[in-house]
Formats: sequence, C-alpha cells, structure tokens
Amino acid sequence: MQAKLSVVALAVASVFALGACGPKEEPKPVAAAPAAAPAPAAQPEVLVKLGHVAPMTGPQAHLGKDNENGAKLAIDELNAQGLEIGGAKVKFELLAEDDQADPKQGTIVAQKLVDAKVNGVIGHLNSGTTIPASKLYADAGIPQISGSATNPKYTQQGFKTAFRVMANDVQQGKALGEFAAKQGMKTVAIIDDRTAYGQGLADEFKKGAEANGLTVVATEYTNDKATDFKAILTKIKSTKADLVFFGGMDAQGGPMAKQMADLGIKAKFLGGDGVCTPEFMKLGGPASEGHFCSLPGMPLDKLANGPAFKEKFVKKFNADIQLYSPYVYDAVMVMADAMKRANSVESAKFLPEIGKTNYDGVTARVTFDEFGDLKGGAISVYQYKAGTLEYVTTVGAPMDVVKAEVKEAVAEVKDAAQAVAGAATEAGKDAIKAGADAVKEAAEATKAAVEKK
Amino acid sequence: MDIFFQQIINGLVQGSIYALVALGYTMVYGIMGLINFAHGEVVMIGTLVTITVAGSLIKAGMPVILAGMAGLTASVLVCMALGWGLERIAYRPLRNAPRLTPLITAIGMSIVLQNVAMIIWGRNYLTFPPLLPKVAFEFGGVNFTLVQVIIVVVSALTMGGLLFLVYRTKLGMAMRATAQNPAVASLMGVNINRVIAAAFIIGSALGALAGIMVGSYYEIAHYQMGFMLGLKAFTAAVLGGIGNLAGAMLGGVLLGLIEALGAGYIGDLTGGFLGSHYQDIFAFIVLIVVLMFKPSGLFGEKTGDRA
Repeated sequence: MQAKLSVVALAVASVFALGACGPKEEPKPVAAAPAAAPAPAAQPEVLVKLGHVAPMTGPQAHLGKDNENGAKLAIDELNAQGLEIGGAKVKFELLAEDDQADPKQGTIVAQKLVDAKVNGVIGHLNSGTTIPASKLYADAGIPQISGSATNPKYTQQGFKTAFRVMANDVQQGKALGEFAAKQGMKTVAIIDDRTAYGQGLADEFKKGAEANGLTVVATEYTNDKATDFKAILTKIKSTKADLVFFGGMDAQGGPMAKQMADLGIKAKFLGGDGVCTPEFMKLGGPASEGHFCSLPGMPLDKLANGPAFKEKFVKKFNADIQLYSPYVYDAVMVMADAMKRANSVESAKFLPEIGKTNYDGVTARVTFDEFGDLKGGAISVYQYKAGTLEYVTTVGAPMDVVKAEVKEAVAEVKDAAQAVAGAATEAGKDAIKAGADAVKEAAEATKAAVEKK
Repeated sequence: MDIFFQQIINGLVQGSIYALVALGYTMVYGIMGLINFAHGEVVMIGTLVTITVAGSLIKAGMPVILAGMAGLTASVLVCMALGWGLERIAYRPLRNAPRLTPLITAIGMSIVLQNVAMIIWGRNYLTFPPLLPKVAFEFGGVNFTLVQVIIVVVSALTMGGLLFLVYRTKLGMAMRATAQNPAVASLMGVNINRVIAAAFIIGSALGALAGIMVGSYYEIAHYQMGFMLGLKAFTAAVLGGIGNLAGAMLGGVLLGLIEALGAGYIGDLTGGFLGSHYQDIFAFIVLIVVLMFKPSGLFGEKTGDRA
C-alpha cells in the first residue's frame, strides 16, 4: 500500500509539473489588446456591434481563431482611428461567436446575434454554416460579409444582405480544372468531406476538370472529423489516377497526403483554399512536398498592402496567418467603409452602400457584382515546397493587374519607338530595321498581355 | 487482390486501435457497470502528454529512444493519476446513485477534460514526434509500415496481459468477485474501493498506451481526437459484448475490418448507389443486427440486472 501510494503521489506530482510547463510551450495568444483604450473624451459615443462567427472549438478551431484575429485587428484599428459617423464618435465592438462549423449551431448563434441587434455580421467561416445563417440575417435586414464562405449558393439565394470578399467555388473549380489539364493530368480521383464547402468545391472542380478533358475515375467521400483515409485511398490506388483532388479542410488534407505516401500512391494531390495553409504542411510533413492547392485572390506578398498586413498581424498576435484572416480583415473594413459613406451605422441605411463598395483592401480591390460576389476574383495556385507555399500561377487575374501589365507593354512600345526615332536620326537603315523589330516585339508583348486578360 | 489485402491490413490496424481503447471501456464496465465516457479523453491526454514530454526532450537533444521512453512513462503515469482522480472525484461519490447519474457525470467529465486540454495545449493540431522508426514494407503490392505492425502486436500483447491479470492474479480474482457481487465481495474481505480504483488506473494506463499508438500512426493529435475514437471504441466494446475482454478485442478488430471493407467495396456492391460516406452506417448496421440477435454482444455473458 505504501509503495502504491507513492506511485500515485508521483503521478499526481507529474500532472502538476506538466500543467505548469504546458502553457509555456504554446505561442501565447495575446488576449488583451496591448493598449487598452484610455477613457474616451466626454463626447456622445455610438456603439457599433459587429457579430463574428467562426468555429472556435472543434477540428477547425485554428482557422476560426485566425478569422477572429483578422476581425479583431480591423476593429482595433478602426477604434484607434476614432471615426466619427453621423456626427458622433463610434466605437466598434466585436461579438465573437462559436458555431463549431456545425450548420445547426450556425443558425443558433445567428439568432443570438440577431437578438443582440448587431449592426452587421462578419462570417461565418464555413459555407455550411454561412448559408443557413444568411437567411436569418436577411430576414432581420442585417448585412453579412463573409471572408471565407466560397460555396456559390451563399450569394445565389437572392438575399440583399449577403456579400463575400473572396472568389467563389465556381471560379475556383474552373481554374483548378484548367490548371490540372495544363499539368498534363489525364485521370483524377475526387474526394470530398460532405460539407457544403467541400462538396460544392468538388462538384465545381469536377465540371472544370471534365471541361478540360480529364476523366474522373473515382469519387470518394469522407467527413470533416475523420483522421483515417486509408480505406478510400486504397480504393483510389487501384484506379491509378494521376491526381487526387480533395474538397475539404487542412485538418483532413494533411493526414490524407501522408497516408497517400504510406500507401505508395504516386498521384499528385490538389486541393482548394481549405488546405492551402501552413497547418497542412505541418500535418502532412514531408509527404506534402510537391502537392498543389489554390487560394482565391493573389498571394499576399504580391499585393501592395500584403506585407504590411502580415507584419501587423504577426506583431499583434504572435501567430502566423493561417488562411482567411486578411479576407476577414477586409470584410470588416468594407463594412466600416460603407458606414462612413452612408454616414450612418444603421443596418438599413448603410446596406445599400455595401453594394457600391469600391475599396482598396489588403486582398483585392473590393467591388461587388449584383449578387454580392467579389468582382473579377483571381485564383492563385501554390505548390508545397520545403515547408512553404510557393506561388505557381494565377488564373483569371484581377483587372488592375492585367491593366498594369498592358501599361508596361505599352511603355515598352513607346521606348522602342523612341529608339527607332533616335536610330533614324543617327542614320543607317539597319538601325531602323532593328527598331522596327523592337516595335514588332513590343506589339506582340502587348497582344500577349491583352490575351492573358 | 492486392487491394483486398491492403484493405484487410487497413482494417486490422484501425481495429487494433479500437480494441486497445475498447479494453479500457470494457474493463470498467465489467467491474462496476459504468460506461466511462471520459475514457476517450484519457487517450487524448495520453497522446498530448507524450507530445509535450517526448517532443521537448527531443528538442533538447535527447536520443529519440530515451525521449520516447520518457514520454511513454510520463503519459502512462499522468493517465493513471487521471483515471484514479476521475474515479475518486467523479464516480465514487455516486457509487450508490441511480445508474443514469454516473453516466451523465462521465459525459460531463469528458467535456471538462476536452476543455482543459484545449486550454493547456491550444486549439491547433499538434504533430506527434516520430518516436518509432519509419520503416515501410511492400509485399506483393500491399504496403504497410513498422508502426502498423507494432500496433497490432501491442494490442494483442496487451489483451493477453489483461487476461492474465484478470484470471491468474489475486487482484484479478478480487476484480471478478467485485464484478459478480460487490456487497458479498466486500463481506469476504475484498476492498472494493481499491479494486475499482485499480481497474480505473489500469484502464487509463492502457488508454495512454493507445494514445501513443494513435499518435504514432496518424502523427497528429488534437484536443478533440478522443471523442470519435472513444465512440467507435465503445461501439466495438458493445459489439464484442461489453464487459468481456476478448470480446472487446474481437469487436474492435471486427469494426475496423467492417469499416475498411465497407468503405472499399460498398460503392461497387451497390453499383454506386451508396458511396464511401456510408462506411459508418455500414458499421452501425452490423452493430444493430448483432444486438438484435445477441443483445449482450458477440461474447457478452448473460447477466441479470447488472449488465
């Protein structure tokens, strides 16, 4: 008995020891904003309540936290600016809710936000929760901007309150189908996780792939909580597909890539935005090397405001950007921008202004079409290489990028023309000929750039 | 044919993991008729403790084998303490309460443990350090790894060890006596509290072992990993006849095989009408059919009110 007691005591001691050292290893989430706002000046203050919904628990909690951080960053910045709307100083407040990536829970928290009379809603994260929740917001007339729900249905229900600041899956599926064909893939096996997002993306990809001459040799399913994919992967192995496409999230995608390697499957893995995260590489380990994924929009590093955002984000939260936080940040800013233009924080008054948005955000120049979808959304394809996401190509570049390329080409023509003029005065037919060639080349470059558009 | 054997291996490994977890359920149930729903969370804690201990020791430059042993020891000790604590705090005060009460408490403890783990280890997925060497075999088109072999061997050995404990030792005899009739056993001089605590401690140690196996196999861990695993293992235990050690093992392996073969062939068998997303349904249909004909599971003994 004495001996047993001491074993137990040791075990209890080790629990405490672990409990004490556990939290230190984790990157500390900066809970409180570094500078708590000092007591505001004696001025009438209007409180603007913005709801934010994402899964804060469950397998996608890391993405939910990332989204919330994006929203928090935007709100803190807005509050620091000391905006005045409609003659009164406004203070933004974030009501963060957890929908557990569960459609049922999504509508429950949506009702909660409606009851709390929020001025607007940012989110939800998942298409599966965003779509049912959007009806509640539409009925209550509350504007909703999602930074990550990519299922096309979300904006096609005819709700005037539903917007998104990201390309939808129709665009993404089409682009990925094109990309797969360009990579020389002939056969593809498709897996989806049976969520609105995963299924929607897989369906759109299927259309895109078939339109580009690929053959779908297997369609398999998993769920958004699974960890074992060996059974379906074994089946896919027997089809000898060139490519495995996965419509789903990183928590499943990473282990899936690893299990593909374990089973000796040589096919490439391709996924959408849900797997385009550092987490995917962490979970997939060396097995993620060489696979592809896509993200709506352009890579952050290639955007004018991207690197600055990244720096701010990392500094504030001491965490890397996972996935959608820049989009969520933009979503908040777009909503605040609409309030400014409407000079009102009332949902009914600033809602029409959201549709007229023309805002230069971190992720894109945000303008909406009549459905509330982002206009001219681009899709970028990345490859996992040595633990980083390497940018491969952009399909369907946004207008201003194309314009910039055209401008560059025009400038080249001008230079060449000047060279011709210079050469002509200098004398010599050869020089003129060379100049003419340069013009021709430049003209071709222009043509190519325009065609790219 | 190689695909068929590959599916058998997939199912066998998955099933061995279920079996290892199911042993923990069935042991506690067999003795006190309580379904310890927090057992899946004990497995999760076992995995996460190993990650913390072994991961940080490897980072500090300790050889992988030593770090792995340290991680194993730490996680077994922590889980034993956890199992003992669970029994002492959550279940012992309810020993004479109606049977529904401890069941609800068990579900409550499961949620508490999940949230505690979320606070300690965070929401992100963690990667499990590679404690076992990565060796892959290929045999006639069938791929498997050393980790898979170890999982199957460890579960078989563990079950053997448990059977020895229950049928060949004094503690085992006390356990069986308590299971038959706690009141009479205590009149015969068996310290019921100690026997039940021992069952929890041993079951939790097995949970830690299962956690390490799961971690090594999938190489990821998450504070919610125990929930689904626990549910499947519980199903396996019921399938095999809850309270019966060999039944838990058999139920686990059977469930793993049904899942793998179901996911692999259900689409072909139904001409594409049902797809691999019905693999869980397939497993539960088998469970329902078994329970219809053998309500106490495949190996379950017929007992009166207690089981």
